[in-house]
This record gives sequence, C-alpha cells and structure tokens, in this order.
Amino acid sequence: MNYFSAGVVWLNDPLNWTNPGGLLDRLQEHLVISLWAVLIGCAIGWPFGIWLGHRGRGGGLVITVANLTLAIPTLALLTILPLTSLGFGKPPVVAALAVFAVPPLLANAYTGLRQIDPETRDAAKGMGLSAGQLLRRVELPLSVPYLAAGLRTAAVQVVATAALAAFVNGGGLGEIISAGFGIGMSNGGGAQIVAGGIVVAVLALLVEAVLAAVQHLVTPRALRTSMRRRRPTAAVPAG
Amino acid sequence: MSFLSWGRGEITLAAPADDGPGNPWFSWRYIHDNADILLSNLETHAWLTARAVLIALVVALPLAVVSYWWRPLTGPILALSGILYTIPSLALLALVAPAVGTTTDLSVLIALVLYALLVLVRNSLAGLTQVPAEVRDAAAGMGYGKYGRLWRIELPLALPGILTGLRLATVSTVALVTVGGIIGKGGLGDLILGGFRNNFFKAQILTASILCVLLALVLDLTLAWIGRVLTPWTRERRA
Repeated sequence: MNYFSAGVVWLNDPLNWTNPGGLLDRLQEHLVISLWAVLIGCAIGWPFGIWLGHRGRGGGLVITVANLTLAIPTLALLTILPLTSLGFGKPPVVAALAVFAVPPLLANAYTGLRQIDPETRDAAKGMGLSAGQLLRRVELPLSVPYLAAGLRTAAVQVVATAALAAFVNGGGLGEIISAGFGIGMSNGGGAQIVAGGIVVAVLALLVEAVLAAVQHLVTPRALRTSMRRRRPTAAVPAG
Repeated sequence: MSFLSWGRGEITLAAPADDGPGNPWFSWRYIHDNADILLSNLETHAWLTARAVLIALVVALPLAVVSYWWRPLTGPILALSGILYTIPSLALLALVAPAVGTTTDLSVLIALVLYALLVLVRNSLAGLTQVPAEVRDAAAGMGYGKYGRLWRIELPLALPGILTGLRLATVSTVALVTVGGIIGKGGLGDLILGGFRNNFFKAQILTASILCVLLALVLDLTLAWIGRVLTPWTRERRA
C-alpha cells in the first residue's frame, strides 16, 4: 500500500496535471487518438458487418477475423506500422488501434442482424418492403442494441490499448507510466508509475460506465430482457 | 532512410550483416545469426504463458465450481471479473510492478494470471451451467454424491466450455506477454521493443512478431486437438 499512497500523493500535485506533458495534455492526446481509432473502426466494421449480416453469409469469415486479431500482439502492430509509409507520430498508432477496434464492431453488427427473427423479416417482405427498406426500417432498428454493445466493447478496448502507444512515443496516458519506468523504481518513479496506472484504469472504467449507460438508453425497453438472456459477442481482453 | 541506417555499431544483439544496404523487413541472415537469442526468447515467452495459464486454471476451476454450487456468488464473481477485465494491461502492470519489483518476471506473471483467470472462470462457469438438469437428476438417481457427480458427470460435460476458455486465455496471454517488454520481461516482446529502440531494426521486430503469432496458433491448435481427443462424444453427435 506504500506505493499506492505515493501514487495518490503524486496525483494530488496540481503541477503534475498542468505541466507541459502532464496528465491533462496526455489525457487529451489519449482521447483524440482513441476517438479517431474508434471512428475508423466503425467506418470499416459496421458497413461490412451489416452487409454480411444482411446477406446472411460470411459468419465463418467474421469468426476467423476476430480470432486472428486476438493472436496478434498490439505491441507488434504498434512497432511495425510507424516504420511503414504511415510515418511516425499519431497516424500509425491510430491505425494500429483501429485494427483492434474492427473485430468487436464487425462481430456484433453481424450478430445483431443475424439474431433478428426470420419471421419478422418474412413479414416485412410480405408487406412489400424492398431489400433497402427492409434494412433501413426493420433490420437496423432491431440491431441497434448489438451495434451499441459492439461500440462499447471496441471503445473500452481502444482506450485501454491506447496506453501502449507510449512504447513507441505515440503519446497518451501511457507516457506517464513509461516515463515513470524511465525514472526508475528506486528514484521515485514508482509513485508516477502507480499514478499513471490509476488514471488509465479509472479512464477505462469511466468509458465503460458511460457507454454502458448509452447502450441501455438506446436499447428499446422491449428488447432489454432479451439482450440479457442472449449476451452479445464476448469481449476480447484489453491490450 | 538516412537516419535509419546509421549507428549500426550500437546494436547490441547483432547487426543485419551481409543483407545488402538498408534495413530489410525480413532477413534469413538475421534469423540464422540470432537463432539462439530468438529461441531463448521464444522459450521464455512460452514458459511465461504456460505458467500463467496453468496457475490461472488451477485457481479458476475451484472458483467456477464454488459459484456453480452456490449461485448467489455467480453475480459478484462475474461483476468483479468484468471490472478487472476492463483495466488495461499496462495499468495493471503499473500497479503490480512497484509492489513486487521488476527484477523477476513475477509482476508480469501476476498480471497475466489475473487476465487469464477471468476468461477461464467465465467459460468454465458457462460450461458447468450448460449441463442439462435431467443429466444431473439422472446422476443423482444413480447414487452419485455431490463430489462424485462433479468429478464423473459435470466436469466432463463442461469440458468443451472449459477448453474454449483455455484456448481463448492461451491465445490472448501469448499476445499480452509482450507488454512485459516495458520491464524487460516480455519474452519476444523484449525483441520487438528492443528492435524498435535499436534504430528500428525491422528484421528483428518482424521476426519476433511472426514467432509470437505462430506460438499462439500452435498452442491454439494443440489445445483444439487435445479437446477433440478428450471429448469424443461431441464428434459422434456431429457426425
């Protein structure tokens, strides 16, 4: 507990927040990186997952993609991408995080469209809805809870993984931890390491709580119980 | 490219000798010259993974059985696992490392065990709760006691769920070990991070990354094969 209280003391120093490269700067970097990664992940994962789910094919492909990305260490992508034409800085970090945001978004979008009762689909077709109308008026509204669940999983994972960007000087809150290890445990770095750990953990839990509330809000009351019975695609561990 | 190629002499592991100018992504020469380093890091990586997953399994199974026998515990155990699961690996490492020190890989091991534990408890519990009530009744009718029934009936029937959790935990642990690179106890992660820090030594980064993914795939396939051997009835049903 000694280190823990030292970390709290470190957090209580306002200079550690407002300094250039302090907590506030790093927090902003962290959120900007995460936001872009999630946006790009949505732009790729959702259309693809909705398309596959609408056509009712490609379930194997979705599972393969999800399993393959599980085996790729985040650290590997984070170190490889800056050495490609993406260059150093934020773009490779955002790209690496987006790669890990796609599987939950894709899998949940696919599951969301596949879990719709086939009779509902038949009824909509019987009412004369075209494929586009079916998608817009029936399938998408019914899969909103799953899309929200995917967004929550992906966002929490990206916020958690963004801490690793510090390994390649990509910014974000991980820099606080990384700098602490740089100072060294015996030279007072321990307090900073613990403080960074606390802040990153609290941020991840906050994002999780906020998005859980959002997911609850966008889920129509009638669908809430069925969501509890059929859990959406499980999360993969955060980086 | 100019600054990527100077300072070759500073590389501590080995310079990519006669592989032409520049910094190739892949080099047989590098693999040949550094086979012993690659192998020893691969071994460290596999050993760390094996210890983490085995310890987690030994702890997770009793936890799953206890919460299976005593249902009120299920909610708290799953909620706690959800919260712990949300905490980023780097943050967890940052909270553990100052307390136990960084001279051994103990802090990495603790963080890995915690993550693997959560996957295993969830999946083992899911496997146990999926045992049909009729089967349990039949076993009780045949005179099995609580422990006999658990050992001879329920655990074998929960094996598919347990093995799914084991595969998931193993693959994600292999990827997570690399995060230990921040304190130099990350197996292949040390090589990835070391390669990045030593003038962006591409061959080392990519070789270590590929080995990491291969290790995950080999372990996953091995566990899948063990699962097939241990649960012959699931094959018969499908055939």
